Amino acid sequence: MTDVGRHPRIKLLTLSEVMEVKGYVGNFQVRIRKRARYVDENQCTACGECARVCPVVRPDEFNLGLSSRKAIYSPFPQAVPAAYVVNAGECLGHNPAVCARCVEACDKHCINFHMSDQEVVEEVGSIVVATGLETYDPTEMDEYGYSRFEDVLTSLEFERLINAGGPTGGELIRPSDRRKPRSVGFVQCVGSRSARKGKSYCSAICCMNTVKSTLSLKEHDPDLDIKVFYIDIRAFGKGFEDLYQRSRRLGVKYLRGLPGKVEPTADGRLRVAVENAAGGKVEFHDLDMLVLAVGIQPAGGTHRLQKMLGLQLTSDGFFLEAHPKLQPVDAATRGVFYAGCAEGPKDIKDSVTQASAAAVRAIRLMHQGHILTEPITSEVITEHCKACGRCAEVCPYHAITVDPKKKLPAVVNTAACAGCGTCAAECPFGAITMNHFTDRQILDQIDALLAEHSAEKVLAFACNWCSYAGADNAGVSRVQYPANVRLIRTMCSGRVDEAFIWHAFAHGAPVVLVSGCHIGDCHYINANHWTEKRVERVRKKMAKRGIRPERLQLAWISAAEGARFARVMQDMEDLRREVSAEEIAATVDLLAGNQAAAGTDPGKAEP
Amino acid sequence: MSTATEHGNGPRIGVYVCHCGLNIGRTVDCRKVAETAAGLDGVVVARDVAYACSEPGQQEIKQDLLELGLDRVVVASCSPRLHEPTFRQLVQSAGINPYLMEMANLREQCSWVHQHDPEAATAKAIDLTRGAVARVRLLQPLKPEVLPLTQRTLVIGGGVAGIQAALDLADSGYDVVLVEKNPSIGGTMAQIDKTFPTMDCSI
Repeated sequence: MTDVGRHPRIKLLTLSEVMEVKGYVGNFQVRIRKRARYVDENQCTACGECARVCPVVRPDEFNLGLSSRKAIYSPFPQAVPAAYVVNAGECLGHNPAVCARCVEACDKHCINFHMSDQEVVEEVGSIVVATGLETYDPTEMDEYGYSRFEDVLTSLEFERLINAGGPTGGELIRPSDRRKPRSVGFVQCVGSRSARKGKSYCSAICCMNTVKSTLSLKEHDPDLDIKVFYIDIRAFGKGFEDLYQRSRRLGVKYLRGLPGKVEPTADGRLRVAVENAAGGKVEFHDLDMLVLAVGIQPAGGTHRLQKMLGLQLTSDGFFLEAHPKLQPVDAATRGVFYAGCAEGPKDIKDSVTQASAAAVRAIRLMHQGHILTEPITSEVITEHCKACGRCAEVCPYHAITVDPKKKLPAVVNTAACAGCGTCAAECPFGAITMNHFTDRQILDQIDALLAEHSAEKVLAFACNWCSYAGADNAGVSRVQYPANVRLIRTMCSGRVDEAFIWHAFAHGAPVVLVSGCHIGDCHYINANHWTEKRVERVRKKMAKRGIRPERLQLAWISAAEGARFARVMQDMEDLRREVSAEEIAATVDLLAGNQAAAGTDPGKAEP
Repeated sequence: MSTATEHGNGPRIGVYVCHCGLNIGRTVDCRKVAETAAGLDGVVVARDVAYACSEPGQQEIKQDLLELGLDRVVVASCSPRLHEPTFRQLVQSAGINPYLMEMANLREQCSWVHQHDPEAATAKAIDLTRGAVARVRLLQPLKPEVLPLTQRTLVIGGGVAGIQAALDLADSGYDVVLVEKNPSIGGTMAQIDKTFPTMDCSI
């Protein structure tokens, strides 16, 4: 930790949060809000005189409320930076008439109430997301009595209690009477592997953390009676089984079965009722203390960051890697990498390993000092452009400049263009070509897919990042769905031109699905808003012309939603069965008869 | 658009249908898919291969590219999200623009999701391959641009992972901005006393 503080190449911004990320791989502009510390980080020697005189006493978050701190405080003894910090919300204020005792106590004049929050903008080429975890709050699991009994602790609270730097100096005492416990129980899988409350996944670290804690306790007091209530002990890592066996050899009792109830005894202990799977009988164990091995959850700000960077999440809420085996530390967004529990529950060793991997992946990207862009960008056909400004309006990256007043045709900044194709889909004059996903390329693909037995097909457009990946997820999970679905991949659902939809119906498609990322999760900031509007527009036109609008559907499917993808496909198939041959033929005739009246020209835009 | 390849001499397309061992081959009749593809406009050669991504598989495709003078390739195998870079690199190594390669997804979209209906899975595989051929005929060579890059990394989060990533980057000569929302770095790790399996201190 101290290495970070003094490394000449690391700029450490604490009390800081990323507010906005602009730009693209190789050239991100990051807006960061740095909250005021009110203490000069460089001058403070952490002498603690200020805290001594501070009259405000508050629970210490670092010790999870097991001790107290002042309104001006050091987060913990080894903190980096070591400087004290003022919690402005708790401080009585800088008006000397009110308090300001700390200011007087500080010989070095480090405390400055005139500091204000700052905004800094940093230019970076790559981003490592290492936002960590939150532990499960077991309050809802009332059977364990976490909120009713002082001597029921979470595993993290227990950590603070046996930590030499903790509130008791490492002395294990019961919070209720401050006496040494003679027996301690551990309950595993609290908030993990649970269908009812908490999360369904395994948090990966709790078994070994408990094994470790039992060994620490046995070091403290070899005669302590320790019982572990568990479903399975997962000691899969290097050296883990050894540690587990050592714990058993030292007399720690492992009982298969999770407690159903915790009740107080007359002498102030905890009575744990558990069905022991070994004998199939309900047993009662009286214990002085109970530790709940709480699971790991995604960190609080995960969703905000996900939207900011256009990332994807797993169904468990952790960040989704680009590929589970081949790119386990890369985000699907180029230039973004994951490290630690942000990507999924893992122990310290795995976090460190992944962090080193993320660093190398970032270096691999940056070491040449330049970057090759993805050439899948849009291009303006100047002679067709009427300078209406629609493309610039819909571009999520402000990558298009156009001057409607002076009638100057649109120009695409290809470096800023991310390639969603919304501009090409929205251009009323066919004046924008989306490279690698041109109108003609997609229309021919539609023709090919509908060439035979078109009446039996479900035609679906899927965006590369979410819904196509959701289809991949269905595949990997072997979720079965109707075999008549035909998928067309575009980079973004924003690319799906009205003309593609009309073309599909004109060529005998019974139903058409447009699918993309959930609103707010769009890989191209908010391009799917335009998809939504466009699909609505087409449905209205369909209704007006006597085509049932239900035949066009819109669905948001994330990369992790394989099962949902399959469900949507089944729904589409159910819809398709309701479309008769006569209805399809009528639509084909109608669209063939007055294609011009549709206000679209399927063959537009291709030179 | 290169009209010469479109209308003039016509494109010379190779189609490779991958069995992926039994992953695709068990359900989809790969030979039939290849035979059907062979009859499509512009297709010069269509073969089924055991593993298109394997070294022998790639060699076979590359040999065709060079010997038969192919200029466009369809690989009908797995998701492009998995192996598009692999096959783009392959065609590039044979002197063909990497954007003149198209994939049809026979594994994630056919064999794995229609396991109990080989006939329908094969019909779908044929359709998807036909779609890919239709597309590859019209694909145009594309060239990436070279852009300057900032050799600097933002690390979000100062727990054990963020600290390790920041130090590895900084020790390798890259500047790092490490952003931590709390007053100190350390994260959850700093709250832990001993760590398994070595029972040593966390900080």
